Amino acid sequence: MSWSDLNSTLPELALAVTALILLILEVVKEPPRAQFAWTALGGIALALVLEFALPIEGQFYNGMIALDHFSRFLNVIFMITAAGAVLIAVPYLRKSLEERGEYYALLLFATIGMMFMAKAHDLTILFLGLELLSIPLYILVGFYRHRVRSNEASLKYLLLGAFSTGFFLFGIALLYGSTGATHYDAIRQAIVSDGQLSPAMTLAGFGLLLVGFAFKVALVPFHMYAPDVYEGAPTAITAFLSTGPKVAGFAAFLKVIITSFAVTTQHWWGIVWVLAALTMTVGNVTAIRQDNLKRMLAFSSVAHAGYLAVAVLVGTYDSAFGMMFYLAVYAVTTLGAFGVVALIEGEEETSLEIDGYRGLARRSPFLAAIFTLAMVSLAGFPPTAGFLGKYFVFSAAVDTGNTWNIWLVVIAILNSLISVYYYLRPVVAMYMQEPADETPLPMSRVAVPVFLVLVLIVLGFGIFPMMLVKSGVAAAGSLF
Amino acid sequence: MVVPLYHILAFAGLLFTIGVVGVLFRRNAIIVFMSVEIMLNAVNLAFVAFSRYHGNVNGQVFVFFIMTLAAAEVAVGLAIIVSLFRNLRTSDISEIRLMKH
Repeated sequence: MSWSDLNSTLPELALAVTALILLILEVVKEPPRAQFAWTALGGIALALVLEFALPIEGQFYNGMIALDHFSRFLNVIFMITAAGAVLIAVPYLRKSLEERGEYYALLLFATIGMMFMAKAHDLTILFLGLELLSIPLYILVGFYRHRVRSNEASLKYLLLGAFSTGFFLFGIALLYGSTGATHYDAIRQAIVSDGQLSPAMTLAGFGLLLVGFAFKVALVPFHMYAPDVYEGAPTAITAFLSTGPKVAGFAAFLKVIITSFAVTTQHWWGIVWVLAALTMTVGNVTAIRQDNLKRMLAFSSVAHAGYLAVAVLVGTYDSAFGMMFYLAVYAVTTLGAFGVVALIEGEEETSLEIDGYRGLARRSPFLAAIFTLAMVSLAGFPPTAGFLGKYFVFSAAVDTGNTWNIWLVVIAILNSLISVYYYLRPVVAMYMQEPADETPLPMSRVAVPVFLVLVLIVLGFGIFPMMLVKSGVAAAGSLF
Repeated sequence: MVVPLYHILAFAGLLFTIGVVGVLFRRNAIIVFMSVEIMLNAVNLAFVAFSRYHGNVNGQVFVFFIMTLAAAEVAVGLAIIVSLFRNLRTSDISEIRLMKH
């Protein structure tokens, strides 16, 4: 190990040190504890600066970690997501008097895990990143340990998460057994030059890896835990849970498929096709029936996983770029939407039902406007960035000229039409119905930056997308 | 006498299946959790077998990581089960159904 190796992980080290400082502060400091959030934000800002100070190209730690435009693009998304989750958590935790240092420390550890998943160029690092992401999240989902729902969500997430890790690992074991390597490039080499023990074992290993990924990003039929976990978790955590891990999971999935398994596409594309079609259809159709906003957004995030799976399936340069754009927009939009839900939520998890949103435009015009913007972008109306994301992904699929891909896009567009219904339901409730009580909603100023970033990205990049397109193209380019 | 690779693999596969069946059919959260551990140990066994077969050490290093992960997961998992038990007085996962499906 050399200094350049250490340098390549400086942002993660900065976050780890911040997390440890937070754990110490938690023991030492007496309330009030507002400093925790600021410490965490300071750590994230430092990591962001270090990320840009790093060399942009190169492999480190014997090729296990790869720095490129891809990892930088995603790491910036992760750090923005983490900062947003911290800002949402401040007013949210204050409501329940649970503001504690370990909350932010665990959030930072999970962020480090996501960053390693994007930087990984070896299945060992991918696995470590995935677990570093998952284990803090098990705890965070159950953070309200006196609330039974939070407990239940945490237990479900833990058992299914550990179960899926088992498949994921067995897949890696079979791949290692068949190819003798865990390095992405070495696996591809073994497949291309036919240096495998048995091609069937490689495929079985890839299949199990696929199951592990499908669990993590909640593809149907492996999504069963998602609605319950998203509903039971503290809303500020649901915001993080439905963005960060999903982005990290898809990014790692895409990178593994493109760098190692592109040559075996003909063996597995049918399975991913069915998973994508099922995921978007089940996600959207079930979301229609939900009255609880948290559950509705949970199914909506399942549906979006379906759209993203289209990009993974197509696997071309264009679709990888579309996915980068989509992931950036999706992360910010969903984080903001859950942020609004977290702020509107009363103590003891009240007003999560759609009835609680009646007449919100009069009680809090700002939150209502932000929520509307988020819904419109998730539904994919122009001129929002959500529309462009869908456009880039679907047009990349159509451009391949493959009939099956085109049919998948047809299904995806029909699904987008269905989704308009449930995305607009809360909007109708907020603007066209009378509130049960007219008292203005108290609004914390801390979370405002999250919503401003949302407006900036959804409208700014919706109308002037060039900047995000350029970074997305660079990110996709370093995969090929 | 050297045990052939495929014998060890068959054994690892069997252990893994036992773990999967345990997760799917047992109702006690702690037993489900133990079944997950069996799955992880099946993976460890496969890794060690492959490592010896290929004559490189990657697989054995991976096993160390998996053992560390399993320990961390048990620590977190048991804490979660205990806090649930304190609230509900049960660790039977078929009784833990507050949210609608």
